[in-house]
Amino acid sequence: MPGVIALRDAFLSAIVALGLFGPLVGLVTVTGDHGLALRARPIATAAVVGMVFFGRLMILAWRGQSPRKTNRALAERIARAGKYITPLLLVAAFALPFTGSRYYIDLGTLVLTYIMLGWGLNIVVGLAGLLDLGYVAFYAVGAYSYAILATTFGLGFWTCLPMAGILAALWGVLLGFPVLRLRGDYLAIVTLAFGEIIRIVLINWVSLTNGPNGITGIPRPTLFGLAFSMDGGPGTFGEFFNIEPEVIQRIIFLYYVIFGLALLTNWVSLRLRRLPLGRAWEALREDEVACRSLGINVRNTKLTAFGIGALFGGFAGAFFATRQAFVSPESFTFIESATVLAIVVLGGLGSQLGVALAAIVMIGGLEVLRDLLSILGDQLHSPFFGDIANELPLYRMLIFGLALVVMMVLRPRGLVSGRTPGVALTKTKEIAPELVAQGRG
Amino acid sequence: MTVLLSLSGVTAFYGAIQALRGIDLIVEQGEIVTLIGANGAGKSTLMMTICGNPRARAGQIVHDGQDITQWPTHLIMRRGIAQAPEGRRIFSRMTVHENLLMGAEVAGRSDISRLLEQVFALFPRLKERIAQRGGTLSGGEQQMLAIGRALMSRPALLLLDEPSLGLAPLVVRQIFGAIRELNRTTGLTVLLVEQNAYQALRLAHRGYVLVNGSITMAGTGAELLARPEIRAAYLEGGHT
Repeated sequence: MPGVIALRDAFLSAIVALGLFGPLVGLVTVTGDHGLALRARPIATAAVVGMVFFGRLMILAWRGQSPRKTNRALAERIARAGKYITPLLLVAAFALPFTGSRYYIDLGTLVLTYIMLGWGLNIVVGLAGLLDLGYVAFYAVGAYSYAILATTFGLGFWTCLPMAGILAALWGVLLGFPVLRLRGDYLAIVTLAFGEIIRIVLINWVSLTNGPNGITGIPRPTLFGLAFSMDGGPGTFGEFFNIEPEVIQRIIFLYYVIFGLALLTNWVSLRLRRLPLGRAWEALREDEVACRSLGINVRNTKLTAFGIGALFGGFAGAFFATRQAFVSPESFTFIESATVLAIVVLGGLGSQLGVALAAIVMIGGLEVLRDLLSILGDQLHSPFFGDIANELPLYRMLIFGLALVVMMVLRPRGLVSGRTPGVALTKTKEIAPELVAQGRG
Repeated sequence: MTVLLSLSGVTAFYGAIQALRGIDLIVEQGEIVTLIGANGAGKSTLMMTICGNPRARAGQIVHDGQDITQWPTHLIMRRGIAQAPEGRRIFSRMTVHENLLMGAEVAGRSDISRLLEQVFALFPRLKERIAQRGGTLSGGEQQMLAIGRALMSRPALLLLDEPSLGLAPLVVRQIFGAIRELNRTTGLTVLLVEQNAYQALRLAHRGYVLVNGSITMAGTGAELLARPEIRAAYLEGGHT
């Protein structure tokens, strides 16, 4: 009877799909003679429902053939591929500007900003296990610190960068104090509120932040004092190297700045994980009571996690401000916190590579999907699909959401879920005392 | 013998509920002292109160001549007191090795390798499992890890909260054997909270019986074992 059961299952899925897509795909508003009118699109609906029906049948058939175990095999393959993915990604990231395409460099800069934010938040959420829904607050503090310091005191990017980071870290510690005793959901709500408070203060403190209008004319970073201005005058990048000044030079420079900052974040995170402090963070995530009974100062450990996480958020914020040359409270809404948290969770809590992959997929993938769908839409201009082809790019969020659901079903603990021990053993059975003494055994 | 830990008139509350009602207890250097009692008698609370969480509301806790009643937990644990808490509470996603290193956090990093060797000598099983995640160990191995982790801080006083919980009799005997061995060879002082009264009283030099937050009886292990009321209350149902 498995055939009948599968058919019934697929039929039920098709009914659910009909209920969902009936209004979504099947109805379209058109401007008629008497205002807006609804037009039905039965063929498109039938096509989508049919896809669900046969798709479900195929999934059931495939599952019947290879029961379970695929997940484990996949995990092992990813773990093995991880060794090659990291250097490959590094080389690709380094080589990206050589494509010379402004679009790709801009996209790469955006992705790298989110990778850096993800790695920063990973310290708080992934390592220390403190669910922070207001990470955007530190991003905002960093961005505004640089914007205000630069526009009022005329300080340069490289002077302000550490200051922005330190100010953000300070706010991280300040936030940390009242939430020391909170965990899980409660912590999430308070941090969420903190993120909103910062944004609302930015909107209302007009004398300092210029309110909703934001701050304009934020200076760009320089390369050892060489500006990237278009006039090619003395003391500029173009004049010094005796080349024609072009906008792309600045874009490429910005790309390498964020590349360097992201690598710094990664390096610090990896170093910290091997130190007692990083180990204490992870232990804190596992069991706070046990930590306390081992003589760990839980308060300080938590505060350093908040502080260091915020520090990198602040760096990323300062970079954001200098790249845009403009900051306004609109850039620091809750959706930013949610995106960064989604990157960390999707990547697999605590995994550096996972966070990078998740950021590439979530930020870069969404852009690429938009392009792909427009190309596909152009190809599909047939009477059968009608105007659904034109709307195809609009479905990208739907497809993206679907991808997230599939991902959570297949890999519920994130892309790279295996945790690499902070102290790895060279040999499994015997450990040399001198290695242990160095903290490597 | 010198007194290592003394409690006098210690009371503790959970909110409005009084869990400890004036506890007087002494642990001398080099002793194994056990605290037995039924579920909810306040054994674990007493253990946690010594560690400052919850803090004692009245009374005095003196360790090594120093009043530690109001000290924060992490500073108490830095005085050479270590605890293998109830329910083991090992770090399940971290490896055995990392768990042990967490225990050494307090002691500083000077001779970690020697400390590790000592723990492995006591529990060879842990050495076999060194790269394994804590959560994948069996119950007995997890208990060994919890004790080993506590020993990594080179304590002078070891607090053990129900090490026999949920373990097979053979494993319990193994762990109790290790405790006796430690006490004999290194002179480690042990305060042991147990439900398994027979085993605990046989192991301990002295014992206290806790009922409803008060100590009702005290004496040497052998004395308490011989008391008919102890036999009736805690030892019926056979010895393991």
